[in-house]
Amino acid sequence: MFLFSTNPKPNQMPLSAPNPIMLSRLSRPATRQLSASAATSKKSLAKPGRPNIVFVEGVRTPFVTSGTVFKDLMAVDLQRFALQELVKKTGIAFEDVGHVSCGTVIQEPKTSNIAREAWLTAGFPDTTPCNTVTLACISANVAITQIIGLLNSGYTEAGIAGGVELLSDVPIRYNRKTRSAMLSLQKAKTLPDKLKLGQTILQNLLKPELPAVAEFTSGETMGHSGDRLAAAFNVSRREQDEFAIRSHTLAQEAANKGLLSDIVPVFVPGKKGGTVSADNGIRVGTIEQLSKLKPAFVKPHGTVTAANASFLTDGASAALVTTEDFALKKGYKPKAFLRDFLFVAQDPKDQLLLSPAYVIPKLLDKAGLTLQDVDVFEIHEAFAGQVLANLNALDSDHFCKEHMKRSGKYGRIPIEKLNRWGGSLSIGHPFGATGVRLVSHAANRLHKEGGQIALIAACAAGGHGVGMLVERYPN
Amino acid sequence: MLSKLVQRSVQLSATQTARLSSRTTPTSVSGATYDNATVNVVDNIAVIKFNVPGASQNSYTKGLSADFKALVDRVEQDSEIKGVVLMSGKPNSFMAGADINLLKEVKSAAEAEAYTRSGQILLEKLESGGKPVVAAIMGACLGGGLESVLACHYRIAVNDSKTQFALPEVMLGLTPGAGGTQRLPRLISLTNALDMALTGKTIRPKKAKSIGLIDLLVEPLGPGLKPADVTTHAYLEEVAIKTAKDIVAGKLKIERTRPLVERVTNYFLSRRPLLDSVVLRTARDKVLKQTKGNYPAPLKILDVIRAGLTGPRETGFEEEAKAFGELSQTNASAALIGLFNGSTECKKDKYGPARKTENLGVIGAGLMGAGIANVSIDKGINTVLIDTNQEGLDRGLKQIATQLDGSVKRKRYSKPERDAYFARLTPTTSYDKLNKADVVIEAVFEDLGLKHKIIQQLESVVPEHCVIATNTSALPIKDIASAAKRPERVIGMHYFSPVDKMQLLEVIVTDETSKETLAAAAKLGLAQKKLVVVVKDCPGFFAVRALAPTLSEVARLLMEGLSPRDVDRLSTEAGFPVGAATLLDEVGLDVAAHVATFLGKALGPRVQGGNTEMLQDLINLGFKGRKNNAGIYKYNTDKKSKNKKEINEAAIKAVEKYRSQPPTSVSSDEDRKLRILSRFINEATFCLQEGVISSPSDGDVASVFGLGFPPFWGGPFRFIDLYGAEKLVAHMERFSNAYAHEQFAPSQLLADYAKSGKKFYN
Repeated sequence: MFLFSTNPKPNQMPLSAPNPIMLSRLSRPATRQLSASAATSKKSLAKPGRPNIVFVEGVRTPFVTSGTVFKDLMAVDLQRFALQELVKKTGIAFEDVGHVSCGTVIQEPKTSNIAREAWLTAGFPDTTPCNTVTLACISANVAITQIIGLLNSGYTEAGIAGGVELLSDVPIRYNRKTRSAMLSLQKAKTLPDKLKLGQTILQNLLKPELPAVAEFTSGETMGHSGDRLAAAFNVSRREQDEFAIRSHTLAQEAANKGLLSDIVPVFVPGKKGGTVSADNGIRVGTIEQLSKLKPAFVKPHGTVTAANASFLTDGASAALVTTEDFALKKGYKPKAFLRDFLFVAQDPKDQLLLSPAYVIPKLLDKAGLTLQDVDVFEIHEAFAGQVLANLNALDSDHFCKEHMKRSGKYGRIPIEKLNRWGGSLSIGHPFGATGVRLVSHAANRLHKEGGQIALIAACAAGGHGVGMLVERYPN
Repeated sequence: MLSKLVQRSVQLSATQTARLSSRTTPTSVSGATYDNATVNVVDNIAVIKFNVPGASQNSYTKGLSADFKALVDRVEQDSEIKGVVLMSGKPNSFMAGADINLLKEVKSAAEAEAYTRSGQILLEKLESGGKPVVAAIMGACLGGGLESVLACHYRIAVNDSKTQFALPEVMLGLTPGAGGTQRLPRLISLTNALDMALTGKTIRPKKAKSIGLIDLLVEPLGPGLKPADVTTHAYLEEVAIKTAKDIVAGKLKIERTRPLVERVTNYFLSRRPLLDSVVLRTARDKVLKQTKGNYPAPLKILDVIRAGLTGPRETGFEEEAKAFGELSQTNASAALIGLFNGSTECKKDKYGPARKTENLGVIGAGLMGAGIANVSIDKGINTVLIDTNQEGLDRGLKQIATQLDGSVKRKRYSKPERDAYFARLTPTTSYDKLNKADVVIEAVFEDLGLKHKIIQQLESVVPEHCVIATNTSALPIKDIASAAKRPERVIGMHYFSPVDKMQLLEVIVTDETSKETLAAAAKLGLAQKKLVVVVKDCPGFFAVRALAPTLSEVARLLMEGLSPRDVDRLSTEAGFPVGAATLLDEVGLDVAAHVATFLGKALGPRVQGGNTEMLQDLINLGFKGRKNNAGIYKYNTDKKSKNKKEINEAAIKAVEKYRSQPPTSVSSDEDRKLRILSRFINEATFCLQEGVISSPSDGDVASVFGLGFPPFWGGPFRFIDLYGAEKLVAHMERFSNAYAHEQFAPSQLLADYAKSGKKFYN
């Protein structure tokens, strides 16, 4: 069992703030040799022949428990708020925004291209192309990487990436039989035919189809898979509960200290409306309270409970991503370089939530870095057991040899560098929006903690995952 | 042996004290190891793990039985032990049941009864010992394994594909002997219990949970800090220990409340008068209808279940043991156990190293071709299916899609898995797609010219190493191979229809066929889950050759004026699964005539009897059998109609022309049955004599699994052993006196066995 540092001290960070001059050299290919000679520091992550891509600013609405303050809104409303606030905060000129991409998972059929509808309803110019992407819990990461790709290709110099989820309302459909009868009804000519179809519709009316919570290929829910994953990696119930408490404690601290500066207040209209300016899912419980809960998925012997799993959340996010040249030209002070990323995929049944373990070594190897080079870790917390299983996997000789074809274990991620402002367990997890929140936290933490390199890792349905390397932009 | 045990138990108590002193640290709990089982005490729960050394599957060997007995005694005596977990030390095998080899040693009914009685007593002790026993099952749990589990108080099973439950004794001509017939109907509903005990069917974990056989399912874990099966096994143990502790502490009350409807129906069905007048009578009727009284085991099982439900508890157990003893001495049991051993042998890869078939080609999307593709794609083999036109391909695709859908319905696999299987199939009209094929099987019409053309076409596209197999049922492989540039790569693979149901695969080698070719073909067959029997090239190979004189005899029965329904009745009574007249229609009269003429030429007068011209006449009238809905029977294609088939009067009229008088001396029902059987058996012995098949066991397996030879006889060679060669030959002599000598003259081999009294099996 490992110990949580619930009271981290910033001055214990292994690296003090890097020399800004050196950093600026690092990020330019022309001065690489110089940086290599500065042996004490980390290597440059800039890529020759490609523009440096920067994360100028990221914002998000408060993340709130589904069914609470945002329950009467539509997802498009939340995404609109995020876009509006980003535009306000950065002052970006509309003609400079070459493209908008937003992620979402459970789509509202009325706004299937939610990026476009949010943009238009914000009253922004209709000349900006917008599209929507989806890849489960890492949809916003896909939006970011799409913009990175567009910047790299020279299509544009600036773009907006975002994401949204509103689980207070989900599309519940008539079942297939009813739908097909309804569709045939329009074509039915004779009365008996119509009556027959009407009968089918009536008979099936009360058997609606809910949006799938289970993996399509395995039929298993994510919580169930997460529970099995925790067991396979020997993560105990107590460890999970303690990690959940850690997440809530750290999130609460960060909120109290005003560190969650990516939040933009949202005004909710209506009788009970008002301005929402903070996340509302953070709840610091005691180990006694948590250990009383019954398992939520694997009964009766499972270990994942409502308290050590992320909860259903409403929220949206948006970020301005540009080339470094563009940012400097426009007088922006970017927060971070977006240096590199990798998507991975593996067995969607037994390794559904194991992507961080796969992507972290792969991405660091690709960049020529080691675990020690990373100052800030932001790992998506789908379940406490899932995060801990991934940490155990990276620290396991058997797993790293057998499944990642490495010579031995990769190493243990230092817990004191991980999710120091809380994570999805406490802040919440609006599927489509979390990706931007992770990058914002990584970038903001680098500045607050004085680190240089941050690593983001997240898992997603379908056995997917993403890793992203973020480097602090010199002050 | 005894002293050894005593010694061990002394050691055991010594280690036990050591454990007691350090009980606070559960990791240091001592493990007492027997040869076939281990025991560990964790928090007052004894974890007993069966582990027969050197075997992939656990079974109740003598050693394990002795160890288990010692362990049960220890559990009883050790007051520190408050509860028990019973599991296997092998992650993928719980317990496959009794050791079949042990049954061989049992020489009398009394011995067998005593053997099973000792098992009953042991389990009774486990059940009534006053300490809760939790069974933790991962891997197959069959026969005696399931009976042991039934004697436990709580059952936990892993929900994976390897974990299965069954009482397969009936398939070996036996009854469950360790209380299975007594405990099962008390645990689950009578109808489900009868279904399991009478059919031996396999129950998967999910179903087991839903019928109440299992109390708790544990989902398997994926790979983690250790391989998946190891982590799952450890997880199961952890859950089982916790469950046992909860039961001991009274935190978990064992309650098994079934749905109300089931409870009420079961209450009435398992008591007189409904038990006798409805349940058992229906079951008995069904058994008799299916077995024609040829199998004593299911009826005995019904008797002992009844004894348990109506009489005192003890009587049921006694009756069960007695029935086991009696059944162990029956011919049917000997035959069925022989078949089980034979078929196990045919599942082994004993053909040396060979390239695994990853890419298969099948030429011809007809019934056979599509069937072969079907059983390949769902084993993960990429298959190119070729036909001359899109209509032909579509027909084959439809056949495959329907079969896969059926498997999804029967919950063999999931829809996404089905889609992945179907994606392995590449239907095409072009041979170019075969450029990566490891094996190509052609399944086109029985036309030598066509087959030659295809082989030449194939050799121009397939890689050098590719095996070219031909799925012919009769054409000699060497004739087909004569057109090949690489005849050493040509082999016969004779599948039986319907391919997805019939287990047999005859692999036919010529003198030229290379070892590697045989190994590759056999490996493919085994991958397709077939029973592989290697046969030497000769007209008709083994199966069709043995069938030819048999069908000739059937034709003669028709000519002698026997109605097709009577022919069907006689052959099913004899134990064939399909009536012989119906079989003719199923095979196709044209095919039968073709084969009969062809084999008539090759084997001479031995296959005569029925007149092939008669078949030709029927064909000329347009009666080809099932394929065009008119043969000896007429087939009603209207799905709603109740009468699926009726006698084709026009065909009977045509047969009239060849009418002969049945000789009274050999025309009793018994004689007629024996005439059919003896011609099959005699031809089988010719095949063994000529080395067409390499062992009696291969011949028996091929006969039963390919042609439906009565399983309770175990095959033609087992028949000779059980019936008596001398007696058989004497009857054949009578038949040959009534008809032609050539048709019933025993082979030299059979004659020798009749003379010497030698047996094919020891």
